[in-house]
Amino acid sequence: MRAPAPRAEFINELLTQDPRARTVNTLELTLLIWLGSLLAGFLGSLTGLGGGIVITPLLTLAFGVDIRYAIGATLVSVIATSSGAAAAYVKEGFTNIRIGMFLEIATTVGAVVGASIAARLPASSIAVIFGIVLLYSAYMASRPSPPRVADDHRNRLATLLKFDSEYPTTTGLQSYHVRGVPTGFSLMFVAGTLSGLLGIGSGALKVIAMDQAMRVPFKVSTTTSNFMIGVTAAASAGVYLQRGYIDPGLAMPVMLGVLLGSLLGARVLARTRTASLRLVFGLVVAIMAVEMIYHGLTGKI
Amino acid sequence: MNKPATRWTDQRVETIIGNLLRAGVLLAAAVVALGGVIFLVRHGCTMPQYARFVGEPFELRTVSGIVRRAASFRGRNIIQLGLLLLIATPVARVAFSVVAFALERDRLYVGVTLIVLAVLLFSLAGGHV
Repeated sequence: MRAPAPRAEFINELLTQDPRARTVNTLELTLLIWLGSLLAGFLGSLTGLGGGIVITPLLTLAFGVDIRYAIGATLVSVIATSSGAAAAYVKEGFTNIRIGMFLEIATTVGAVVGASIAARLPASSIAVIFGIVLLYSAYMASRPSPPRVADDHRNRLATLLKFDSEYPTTTGLQSYHVRGVPTGFSLMFVAGTLSGLLGIGSGALKVIAMDQAMRVPFKVSTTTSNFMIGVTAAASAGVYLQRGYIDPGLAMPVMLGVLLGSLLGARVLARTRTASLRLVFGLVVAIMAVEMIYHGLTGKI
Repeated sequence: MNKPATRWTDQRVETIIGNLLRAGVLLAAAVVALGGVIFLVRHGCTMPQYARFVGEPFELRTVSGIVRRAASFRGRNIIQLGLLLLIATPVARVAFSVVAFALERDRLYVGVTLIVLAVLLFSLAGGHV
């Protein structure tokens, strides 16, 4: 009982002139997926969009992988990049562990809910939702973040939760005050649900929740978001594992590729200007988003 | 071990946790790579079957099943063990934070962290809503 080879017209065109001549075997497909994941992890880390967000479209659209396997493999790679980068971020001293841990109550519960919803939705609906989230991320990435005035008022709830802290700048330690805890907490629940539903890190939404709603300084928001992504993804991973979404043969090249790619990206990041790269990557993401929505609506996924 | 004068600051705890996480990820990646080599040597020439969702066999879906199967030295089982190690790194981080907050005598955050840990363990134990 052998299932048909993946809808790999795309790869076959790459490898041979005649699509009927042969189909790719597991070794070739694994290497191609590894290369694709490496590139996605590299670009995702350079642009700050994260590699995870393009892996699922890549696997489903180009390699014809079932979206549930794709989501499972991506989720695993999200944990790898988050945990792998943590050591580097900690050195910079920006992470606010209390804000992160408190908001993780919202993201982990959201992730379990999202992963449970994913099991009940047809694959085509997941593809459409994925496309919409992808479009929004592309829009957010291409848009410069608006300047924000620091908040110097203490907020009762934030003080009670010991959120106010300080972070190192070139001019010494800068203290900051946090507010908007209920809004941030609610947004984090949404971020967690999307993460569990789509197998992504939802780093962009996490940063918005902290940076915009809670007035956490941007650098603290991004590093704290990275810390939270791994824990959120681990919460979904348990559910995915139970549902049989995590296929070792597929997750292996994705995880190893994205991890290596993002580590390389972090090395290069320090000496690259990323504005134009962000725009190009944003455009690629937008095209993938439209494809996902189209394939979802026409029932091809 | 620790001098009484040594203070458990957030920064110090974070540095330890960061290194712990990196070690966990590298270990997981090594196990996954080992399993991957075995998997590809044995199954590299077969046709891939990712286009149609059938789900993983039941023994590769639970923590206990994966741990039991890992000793069989099949490529897929070893990869799955590596992935489980990877999933465990953030869980270990949260567990470590419980201890760290306890050492800082921060009861509020011991509670907060325990809630997060409970959700994670609930999920890994196969719970879903």
